[in-house]
Amino acid sequence: MLLINCPWCGLREETEFSCGGEAHIVRPLQPEALTDEQWADYLFMRKNIKGDQREQWYHSGGCRRWFNAERNTVTYKFGVTYKPGDPAPGDDS
Amino acid sequence: MKGYSIFSLARHAVGRHKNWPRAWRDPEPRPAYDIIIIGGGGHGLATAYYLASEHGLSNIAVVEKGWIGGGNTGRNTTIVRSNYLWDESAHIYEKSLVLWESLSQELNFNVMFSQRGVLNLAHTLQDMRDVYRRSNANRLNGIDSEVLTPEQIKQIVPIINTSPDARHPILGASFQPRGGVARHDAVAWGFARAADRRGVDILQNCEVTGIIRENGHVKGIETTRGQIMANKVGVVAAGHSSVIANMAGIRMPIESRPLQALVSEPIKPVLHTVVMSNTVHGYISQSDKGELVIGAGVDGYLGYGQRGSFSTIEHNVAAIVELFPIFSRVRMMRQWGGIVDVCPDASPIISKTPVKGLYFNCGWGTGGFKATPGSGWVFAHTIANDEPHPLNAPFNLERFVSGALIDEHGAAGVAH
Repeated sequence: MLLINCPWCGLREETEFSCGGEAHIVRPLQPEALTDEQWADYLFMRKNIKGDQREQWYHSGGCRRWFNAERNTVTYKFGVTYKPGDPAPGDDS
Repeated sequence: MKGYSIFSLARHAVGRHKNWPRAWRDPEPRPAYDIIIIGGGGHGLATAYYLASEHGLSNIAVVEKGWIGGGNTGRNTTIVRSNYLWDESAHIYEKSLVLWESLSQELNFNVMFSQRGVLNLAHTLQDMRDVYRRSNANRLNGIDSEVLTPEQIKQIVPIINTSPDARHPILGASFQPRGGVARHDAVAWGFARAADRRGVDILQNCEVTGIIRENGHVKGIETTRGQIMANKVGVVAAGHSSVIANMAGIRMPIESRPLQALVSEPIKPVLHTVVMSNTVHGYISQSDKGELVIGAGVDGYLGYGQRGSFSTIEHNVAAIVELFPIFSRVRMMRQWGGIVDVCPDASPIISKTPVKGLYFNCGWGTGGFKATPGSGWVFAHTIANDEPHPLNAPFNLERFVSGALIDEHGAAGVAH
């Protein structure tokens, strides 16, 4: 069983968590200005990276808070986890 | 290369079966083909076969990064059925089921298709409403389907627990008698051999590393065995569809997830039909060798690792033991995972793409095996004519822009 490091609670078993998919997808600020193609891109299109991917995770069986995680989708090994709003690791912005 | 028959079997028995010819060639890649199929699983090989047999094309290569049938084709639980809710799905899966019924003869290869019936259990009142709705929809589409009471289920499967005291009591089921199972390896081998005999080159250990494009038109592929040119490329890469799409600069609405299965030690015949339950997340059948073949729901996270979490297996086995208390002490022999490509509407994409000459057949998610012949048949039509067949026209990539989704989530009676 994987141990996942919740930034609020620390290491917990994976059955306490659910994965919310790709992280850092920004909701359009001007929804009315979007074309159908842009909506489709926002709603449905995903990077689905083979390798290190940034994802949203939800500590559903614990503190019930969301956080972001860098995880390898081949080895399933977790890298850093960080709170929403915090800059992603390696990002200067 | 001679066909398989009772006479060839007798002839080779005399020679102690030492002189069977190899079933397909192992050619070197040629510099160019008319059509390249990326992915040597059941769907890819079926596509190549139907391109040859239905459309008279034979200058075709199937490229496979590993060995044929080594991906999801050899990792599924081999269930075949066509009892889908929506018309679009029902039509394409029923086309596939009809092809299954004569596939062994067509391919001259015994795919061991066994129409032993498929039961989809209902455990709640809402499940029952869904079962009635789906069963009626199936019958309107000419697909065999019956709604059974717990007593009728017990007659078909005496070992199932229909006690009203169960945690998830069985209230009824839909039953498709024409559904069943097939030998999954034989499907890959049968299509490979039949395609090879029609001149298709099957190139194994040949991983695609790039898609060559020029002015928005596909020109060929880069592989670990060199550059291969073609004006038409069909991608049937299942869990790795996003990886290939990325090489061609296309965004896909797909997430890849591990889907696990396990088999038990062989036991005497005890379960002669397929039992599926959406609510408790498990499905089970017994192979001709006697092994119980058990499938789980998909794992909770994205992954390419061809293995999943033990907790998913635990949940799955708990469901099976609840349905069949008699199996509580059966030992499991093997457990594995396959990487399934899941679409937001749980329906496949069999479509042209923004790159001319590049076609995608993906997004089959947890239910691709049953569609193998039908998928290959419509995809061959799409590639040969540069136009989808009416059966796969609704399964285009544009539906995610237009909103014309085919929402089979839950409606399919599938354990997701």
